[in-house]
This record gives sequence, structure tokens and C-alpha cells, in this order.
Amino acid sequence: MNENCFDTPATLKNSVHDIRKDFPILNTQVNGKNLVYFDNGASSQKPQAVIDSISNYYSTMHANIHRGVHTLSQRATQAYEDARVAVQTYFNAAHSEEIIITRGTTEAINLVAHSFVKKGDEVLISGMEHHSNIVPWQLAEVNLKVVKVKDNGELDMDDFKSKLSANTKLVAITHVSNTLGTINPVEEIIALAHQLGVKVLLDGAQAVPHIKVDVQKLDCDFYAFSAHKMYGPTGIGALYGKKDLLNAMPPYQGGGDMIKQVTFEKTTYNDLPHKFEAGTPAISEGIAFGAAISYLNGIDWTWAAQHEHELLAYATEEIKKIEGVKIIGEAVHKAGVLSFVIEGVHHYDLGTLLDQMGIAIRTGHHCTEPLMQRFGITGTARASFAIYNTKEEVQIFIDALKRAIKMLK
Amino acid sequence: MTIAENEKEIIEDFALFSDWEDKYEYIISLGRELPLISDQYKTEDHLVRGCQSRVWLHADKKGDNIVFTADSDAIITKGIIAMLIKVLSDQPAAEVAKNDLKFIDTIGLKEHLSPNRSNGLVSMIEKMKLYAHAFSSGI
Ligand SMILES: Cc1ncc(COP(=O)(O)O)c(C=O)c1O
Repeated sequence: MNENCFDTPATLKNSVHDIRKDFPILNTQVNGKNLVYFDNGASSQKPQAVIDSISNYYSTMHANIHRGVHTLSQRATQAYEDARVAVQTYFNAAHSEEIIITRGTTEAINLVAHSFVKKGDEVLISGMEHHSNIVPWQLAEVNLKVVKVKDNGELDMDDFKSKLSANTKLVAITHVSNTLGTINPVEEIIALAHQLGVKVLLDGAQAVPHIKVDVQKLDCDFYAFSAHKMYGPTGIGALYGKKDLLNAMPPYQGGGDMIKQVTFEKTTYNDLPHKFEAGTPAISEGIAFGAAISYLNGIDWTWAAQHEHELLAYATEEIKKIEGVKIIGEAVHKAGVLSFVIEGVHHYDLGTLLDQMGIAIRTGHHCTEPLMQRFGITGTARASFAIYNTKEEVQIFIDALKRAIKMLK
Repeated sequence: MTIAENEKEIIEDFALFSDWEDKYEYIISLGRELPLISDQYKTEDHLVRGCQSRVWLHADKKGDNIVFTADSDAIITKGIIAMLIKVLSDQPAAEVAKNDLKFIDTIGLKEHLSPNRSNGLVSMIEKMKLYAHAFSSGI
């Protein structure tokens, strides 16, 4: 086999100053101000290496993959499969065919909802799930049970224990909440479920930008994530699944690439991972996903975790000093997500004024409407941080926030 | 005043603002002045759902004219509603149905009327026009 084209760089980056240079969009002006991008929870920005990877692919090797005998097709196939191996290695999956490439977290969860459960099965989710970890189960007509969320935004583990039983077919819970920032005790959840022989799917969409995940160490059965939240391109992501489970599951979609042989009488399906990858995939995005992984391999994760923690701690401390602000989500273990409401100020107005000052935050229900109902609110304002954000930006955000509140109150 | 005259007046007001802060302060003040929709109409029936902010709209007939009252939970949305009402309310229903609301674009607030802004304004304008159509065609 050729060497994988997504190598790990020799030295690890641990300076926000250096990292910022890798993200060209951070030099953008918005409404005449330097952009402060705090909407990373929705999607993070892309390093030059990822951007170059897409253009390089189309300039030098584009062809359809997996079927061609000609050189370009082989090059493209090699790069695409190298990306899969890069993802496998990064998440420490035991086999590359355990990485099913999907459009993202949403498609990954839909795949499991289609192929792993059947109508009437009991599925245990939580009250802090994103709509993409609620609606697929409703479409599959399973019997949904919902674990409660505590006032501080932590999962109610007593409620989890009382609702989990040997009748549960699957626990499907978010690793990190996109709205609250809560890092759920997934190790404990998995251990408790496995004691009863229950399988566990984790929605890793919000965890992967902040936490270096090791699927074998976690021992989760399925792990769903999107590239675009971890500095990669949009429209691509993956489902990790344990091989024996994936092998036992029927295909999700039918089409090219996922078959061994087709006759009108009987069709036999391809092996993993292709069984679940019907049709021509997002090839350039897949390869650029590999480039994003390669970029992340060059980051000092101990530094990154500490850096994001400092940003969150500083923003939390400063925002608490502002009168009328209430933080939604005060779990002990939190990722770089700060959701808040302000007495007498609507989140839409706040988002609009901050945008005028060049600051991008997210406002609204964050695709977690049941969680909003749980807290009796219609939405929050949310700042979410990435490795390239700085303490100075937090200060600009806090000052802008004060200015906006003054205008709105 | 006609719809066109109302539009002209708003455009002239906005021409005075040199920065975003003045502009938004003015919109916010308009929002505060907006006569509220009476409580009896602030119901599910009158709710125009946006995923960011909510809007309530009520339309009444006054001869050939159409009169709007509205409210929103977000003050900037409310300020923009106040302008829409100032321009369109108590005007001939047939004229309201025809108006293309170009003034919003002229004063640099077009982004607030983009469908993906999901503040309820786009749906509100659709509803205003529907009412105006219905009233002018005597339905
Ligand atoms: C927790 C969580 N789950 C799932 C998703 C859906 O991800 P995608 O839209 O990339 O499929 C998101 C995205 O916002 C999320 O935050």
C-alpha cells in the first residue's frame, strides 16, 4: 500500500497566534469591523490546508472513485480511502470499514434509525438532544423514552438509571450538548447500558471539535459526527459503528457502489463500509475531511483543551458581571459553549446588534426546541468557541454585549 | 398621506443617520412607540411564527382602507413592523396589495426581510398582502 497522504506533522501547534494564521477567513471585515466568529458550534471555519485540498483535488485528480481502472480514478480512490483511514486512526477505530462516510451527523443517525431499530423498539434519548437525534427516531416509529435534564443543564443520571432496562434497544445520547455545553458522563452511560446488554449511540457532533475521542476506549457502539464542526468541509461526516453490528444491519439506501451483484431476481450487497455508501459520494469533501484530520493531528490537544477552557471560564466570569444575564447550562463539565438569556432583551435583537459590531453569535432555539420548553424560554444567545478564538475577542464580545444591552433596555 | 409619501418620509429620516447605532436606536424607538395590538388579538390565531422572533398581526376594514395592528416579542422586529404599518396601514387595500416595499431595501434593512432570517417578518408581509387582497376583492 502507498503511504497515507494525510501524515501527522512533526511538531504540534500550541499558539493561538500561529493557528489564526491558518484560517484566512479570520481576516474578514464584517460591517466594517474585524470579524469575531463565535458561532463555531454551528460550524467552524476552515484552515488553508482544507481549502487547498478541495482545489487541489479538482485541479489534479478528479474522477469518480471505486470503479475506474484509469489513473485519475485510482488516485482519487486512493485519496478518498486514505481519508477514511485518517479518520479511523484519529478516532482509534479498530478497522477502517467501521467508518461509514455519511453527509454528517444527521445522516449517520438516520442510518442507525433506519437499519438498527425497528418500529416499536425502545430507544432512550435525553431532553437535551438536537432535533437530528429526535426526529429520526420518531420517523422510525420507535418507543421513545426521554431522560430528564436538571436545572443546571446536567443529565439526570437517576432518571437515566430508572428508565434504562434490558428492554431498551438503544441509548442515543449526545456526547456534548450544542445548547448547554454540557459534557455528558458518556463512560458511565455506556458502562450502565452494556451491563444490561444495551447498545449505545453517541451524537458526537459537538464533542469532536473539543475532545479527542477514542471510540475503542469509550467502547460506544455507534458514534456520529460531522466534519464541518471540526474544521473540515460541509456535507461530509461519518458514522463509526462496531463491525459486527454494522455487518448485521441491512443497507440504508440502494444504488451504485453498495452492491456486489444485481439481477432482477436478487441483489447481493457489498461489504462494509460500501454497503452503507450508495452512490457517488462527496469526493472532494471526503478528501478534505482527511486534510482536516491531518490538521487536527498537528494540534497540541492538551494545549487546545486548556485554551478553550480558559476562553469559556473568562467569558463566563465576565458575562456574570452583567446585570440581568442568566447562563443556561451550568454543568460542572462543559465544552466551549456559552448560552445565555438577558432579562428584558430578546435574543434576536441581541444577535442583530452584535452582528452590526462584527460579532457572529447564534440566537434562537439551536434545533433543541424540547430543551427550550424544558427551561421555559423561546431561545438563547449562544457564543461558542474554537481553537483560533482569543481572550481579546472575548473582551470585544463582552463590551459589545454591554453596548447592545444599553441600546435595548 | 399616500403609501409613496410615507415611504419617502422614512427614506428621508434614514438618510440622516451616519452610523448603524443611530439607525438601530431609531428603529428601537419606533418599536417602543408602536401601538400594541389589543390583547384579544394576541392569540395563536394571529401569531405569525418565525423561529427567532414571533409576530402577531391583526387587520381591520375601514371603508376601502385596511388598518393593521401588530406586535412582536423582539424590539427590532417591532421597529420594522412599525415602519411597515406607518407605510401601509389605513391605506386603500387595493394599493397595499400592489406595494413592493422597496423602501426597506433603500434604507438598508433588506437583510431583515430575508426568509432565512426567520424573524416572522416575511410571513407577516405575506399575511398583510393576503388580507389586503381579500379586503379589496371583497372576500
Ligand atoms: C448536537 C448536534 N447533533 C447533531 C447536529 C447535526 O449536525 P449536521 O447538521 O452536521 O448533520 C448538530 C448540529 O448543529 C448538533 O449540534
